[in-house]
Parts: sequence; structure tokens; C-alpha cells
Amino acid sequence: MSAGIDLENVCCDFGTFRAVDNANVSIKPGEFFSFLGPSGCGKTTILRMVSGFIEPTEGVIRIGGKDVKGQRPNQRPTALIFQNLALFPLMPIWENISFGLEVRGVDKATRRAKAEELLKLVDLPGAGDKMVSQLSGGQKQRVAIARALAVEPSVMLLDEPLSALDLKLRQHMRAELRAIQRRTGVTFIYITHDQGEALAMSDRVGVMSQGRIQQIADPREIYNNPVNGFVASFVGENNIFEGEVQTAASGMASFSTPHGTFRARLGDLGDKKHAKLYVRPEHTLLSTAATVENAVLVTIGDVSFEGNFIAVHASTESGAHLTSEIRNDGSATVPEKGARMFMSFDPARASILPDANVRA
Amino acid sequence: MQDMLRRYGFGLTLAMCLLVTFWLVVLVIVPNITLFEQSFRPYLPVVEIGGPRDTYSFANYLKVFDGNVDKSLFGISFSIPVHVYTFGLTIFYSMLVTLICFAMAYPLAYYMAKIVNPRSLPTLILLLFIPLWVSEVLRAFAWWIILAFKGPLNALLMGLGLIEDPIRWTNMGYTGVVVGLIYTYVLFMLFPIYNGVQSLDTNQIEAAEDLGAPWWKIHWRIVLPHSKPGIASGSVMVFMLSAGSLLVPSILGSTTSQWFTQTIDQWFKDALDWNTASAYAFLLLLLCTVFVSVAMWLFKVKLSDIAK
Repeated sequence: MSAGIDLENVCCDFGTFRAVDNANVSIKPGEFFSFLGPSGCGKTTILRMVSGFIEPTEGVIRIGGKDVKGQRPNQRPTALIFQNLALFPLMPIWENISFGLEVRGVDKATRRAKAEELLKLVDLPGAGDKMVSQLSGGQKQRVAIARALAVEPSVMLLDEPLSALDLKLRQHMRAELRAIQRRTGVTFIYITHDQGEALAMSDRVGVMSQGRIQQIADPREIYNNPVNGFVASFVGENNIFEGEVQTAASGMASFSTPHGTFRARLGDLGDKKHAKLYVRPEHTLLSTAATVENAVLVTIGDVSFEGNFIAVHASTESGAHLTSEIRNDGSATVPEKGARMFMSFDPARASILPDANVRA
Repeated sequence: MQDMLRRYGFGLTLAMCLLVTFWLVVLVIVPNITLFEQSFRPYLPVVEIGGPRDTYSFANYLKVFDGNVDKSLFGISFSIPVHVYTFGLTIFYSMLVTLICFAMAYPLAYYMAKIVNPRSLPTLILLLFIPLWVSEVLRAFAWWIILAFKGPLNALLMGLGLIEDPIRWTNMGYTGVVVGLIYTYVLFMLFPIYNGVQSLDTNQIEAAEDLGAPWWKIHWRIVLPHSKPGIASGSVMVFMLSAGSLLVPSILGSTTSQWFTQTIDQWFKDALDWNTASAYAFLLLLLCTVFVSVAMWLFKVKLSDIAK
């Protein structure tokens, strides 16, 4: 049984510091929802408010439609997976997993059986009698998930649970988490500062900065159509030009910068004219001849080989530092350092965006 | 050792080693061995020392079984050697002191480690420590005044209407002794437990709560097991110090309270029989050690856990 979660105008203050400012989000039952943002952006505070460790200063949190104000964590249908997992080192694995059942007064035989069943679900059969210290990082991760699932929560809350794992294991656990979420149908709220994790696993992502939710959308939308400069530059890389909007028509605008005038999609700037233009390195093209529009003459600087792609750093005479990415599939020749080329981009792939939505 | 030589040079290393050796051998081992050796010899006039009657035996140790007295406890009357009875009561009341100290120290330690604002913690610790700066004798006498027949405690209780007539606290068996010992040694329980609780990851407490555990279950299954080594070392300290305390029982004791250390003291100072006194002292040390070992075995605590 999974439940949806609604945050209505939720604020949280620590003294004079506002950690979460007016958060509104509606998470559907069975959804995999991620909060993505840099450290200190308030995402963990949201998680702790949902789990009940912090009461919001203002606003309403509903779990499964019910206002949970005043309910302690042990009364809420949520299960939190801590960043450091917080497994109980003095208990064997099976007691760890069945702890939630133990406090509910379930008898020992049933608890043991349930623990074994969950260990199978997380692919660790037969590990019940081991101690926490005997497990590897990835195995501990699975035990933590099993322990949270044991209480059959309506909502699972995960606080950067993969951050302590190495890259390969992290990628493996991503797929695993997603699979467990699909199998159990429980609503997952996932906190991360790793954009790759958020994009790869989530149904929807909420990008946060300085206590405010900047954008809520599915991963593609977040990446392809960021609403502001913060979302654009936090999720993925960008070449950024600062300038003024000249003329605008049907969602496109001409944008003048010290490096030339470009045409790009126009975001919601309000009544502001001054803004920044964002274009992703993989959406730029390097060529020897200038294209009709959106081309700048650059001098190629360092070329760094990243494996699946090659990053070409270049600078314009007007002093802008730009990056272009070439797929490492042999389709394009890698330019030489010092070569003079034109860097161009498709207007439909570039956006003029306002800065982050922050408190004045 | 190599490291010490390289770091401090030969002279300083030698000086440090000699000082430690001096302290250990001259101030600790030799006096104890002397008393230990004496405890097996009879108490003789000076001229007979080294004479034919000066032989080793367990006679001094067996003196605890001399002199039966009739006692009744819980309605059962029995005859028991008076010193064994004293020893039994000393152990029992030391346990009681340990237990009450634990009951008082655990909530405070938990409060200090997990609840109080870390900024006010130094003040709190200072407030706890200040009484320790006052001499133990003065503190015992302070309690003697507090517990006195016309003292502040009786005045307070009567003022609150809890009692009608003043109570002779210091003449109620072991009451005064227990109160005094708790006051003197409770900090020895507090700080080991505080260290234990403090090293517990707060996330574990939160995880347990998140999984639905009520507060007592969190303590029983998470906090107490984690702080067991701290509780054990605190308990051992309070128990040993209480059982070995002489000052508190002699100041706050009543006519009906006799502490085993007082018996030892009487052998030393009243009977001037240092041999028997040493025998009793070693008996107390040995039996307390055995008692503590058994208690540790029962509670499944290893010595290495405490050393941590």
C-alpha cells in the first residue's frame, strides 16, 4: 500500500535561517520522486519533515491525504533510510531487519521468516545470522532497504543512501533500487546531490536551491527545458553568455552579448531584459566555416579526453571560455590546440533563462 | 621504547622510566607486599617477632568466622559470624548505592549526550564538577548537617507537610551512609555512561524511532546495549569505591551501621593488630574482585570492553 504525499506552503526555519521556503509539491502514490540540489539547499530538511523528526514552521504535510501534524516518526507510515544507513551493529542482520516488527509485537518465528523473505528480495539470502560489520558497503545498503521495507511503509524516504559507495556499485545499486521500487510499488522519495542518480532513477525530480523548489518535472524536461539558470547549470554542463534580450517573437528571442548576437528560446524572464543564455556543450558544433547564425570564432585550447566523449575547451577573442563536447565515436575529427574554428549551436537547443528563484 | 629514546633522548627517557618505576615499586608494590606478607603472620609482641611462634598461617583470614551473633532478616532468625554479616551488608549496600547511582546517572548522561544544546554542555559539566573540588570530608559533613535531626531536610519535608515529626536520618541504619556514598561517587557513574551514550550515532536512535519503536524500546534495545561497557565501568568503580570507603561510613554512619572498612580500621587502630587488619583488607579486595568478575560474567561484559 503506497501513499501520496502533499506539501502545501511548507516552510521550515532554524532560528532566523529559513531552510525550506514555501515548498509545494504533490507526490503521487507509487512514484519515484527525487529532490536534487547542492548541500544546504533544504532537501534533507524536507525529508526530515516528512518523516516527522522536524515539524514545519508553516504549512501542511499530508501523507495519503491525512495531515500528519504532531505525529512522531514512530507514528507515521514512512520509513527513512539514513545517509550512513544507521544499522544496529549489536544485532545480527535478521534482528536488524525485523526490528520494526519486534516493536510491533510480532513473534520471533514470524519475524525470522519475514527477515529471510526480505533478504531474498534484496538478494542477500542466508545472511541473517551475520553481523553488520561482516557485510560490505553494498550489502549493508541492501540490509538497510530490507529493514525499511519490513515495516511495510507507504512511503520510503532515502537520504543520499548511495553516496558512500564506489562508482560501479553505485550504478548497480541505482538499478537495484529502481527495481525494488517497481516490485514493491512503494512511493520513494529520494534525496541526492548527484544529478546522474536523480535523472536515471526518478519518475520526477524536484530541483532545489537555497530552500526553494526551483522546478518539478520529469528528468528529460529538467535537463532539456530548465526553467532557470540554476537548474540549467546544476543539472549538466553549460556554456553561458550574459547579455540583453533585443527582440522577442513566438518564444524565440535575439540576444545581444559582448561575444555576438545570438538567437535562442526565451524563458520566463518576467519584465527583465538582462539575462543569461545557456547552451550545453554537447549541443555545440565545431566547424571550419561559419554557420548562418549563432556562430562564434574561437581559438581551441585544451582538449581533454573523458572516455565516452572528448571535451574541447576554447576561448573567443572577446574573452569567453567555452566548451564543446565531441562524441568519441570517430565521427568527428578532434581539433588541434591553437586552431581557429567556429563554434555554433541550434537556437532551439539554447535557452535564455532568468537566475535562480531565491529570496531577496 | 626506541621511539621514546629518539624523541626525548637518553637522559629524559631514563628519568621518566626511573620515576615510573619508583612510583610503581616503592609507592605501590612494596607497601602492599609488606602488608600481604604480614597478613599471614600472627600478631605478636615485638620480642617474639621472628621467633618460633612467628609462622605463616591463614589464622588471620579465618578470624572473620569468629564470634557469632543472632540476627533476623525478613522474619528469619539465624546465627552468623559478625564480620561475615558486616561484609554481607557492605556488599549489599554497595550494590544498592551502585544501582541508585545508575538510576540517577543514566537519564542525566543521556540528557547530556543527546538532548542538551551542545553550547550549554560545558556549563553543565562545570556545575557537576564544582562539588568535586570541595574536600570529601567537608561534603560528608555537609550531608551530616543536611540530614541532622533539626537540619534543613527535615525542615523542608515538614514545611511541605510530607512528614509531621522530624526523622533521625543518621540514626536509621545505613540511610546516611547510602546517601553519602551516592553523593560522593555518582559522578564516577555519570561520566563513563556519558562517554558511552555520546559515542552512539544519533541516527541509530532516530532509525529505531522511525521504525516505530517507543522510547523505552529505543533505550532497551539500542542505547543501553551500546552503553553497556560504560555502565559496567561506572558500576565497577562506584561499587569498589563504595565498598572501600571509610570516610563516609565513619561520618554518616549510625549506631547500627557497620561498614567492613570500619572493621578493618578497628583492627588497625583500636586493636593495633596490623596482621589481622591486613588480612581483612586483602579479603575485602579479593572478594570484591570476585564479586565484580561474577557480575561482569553475568552481564556478559568483557574487561576489554571496559578498557575501551
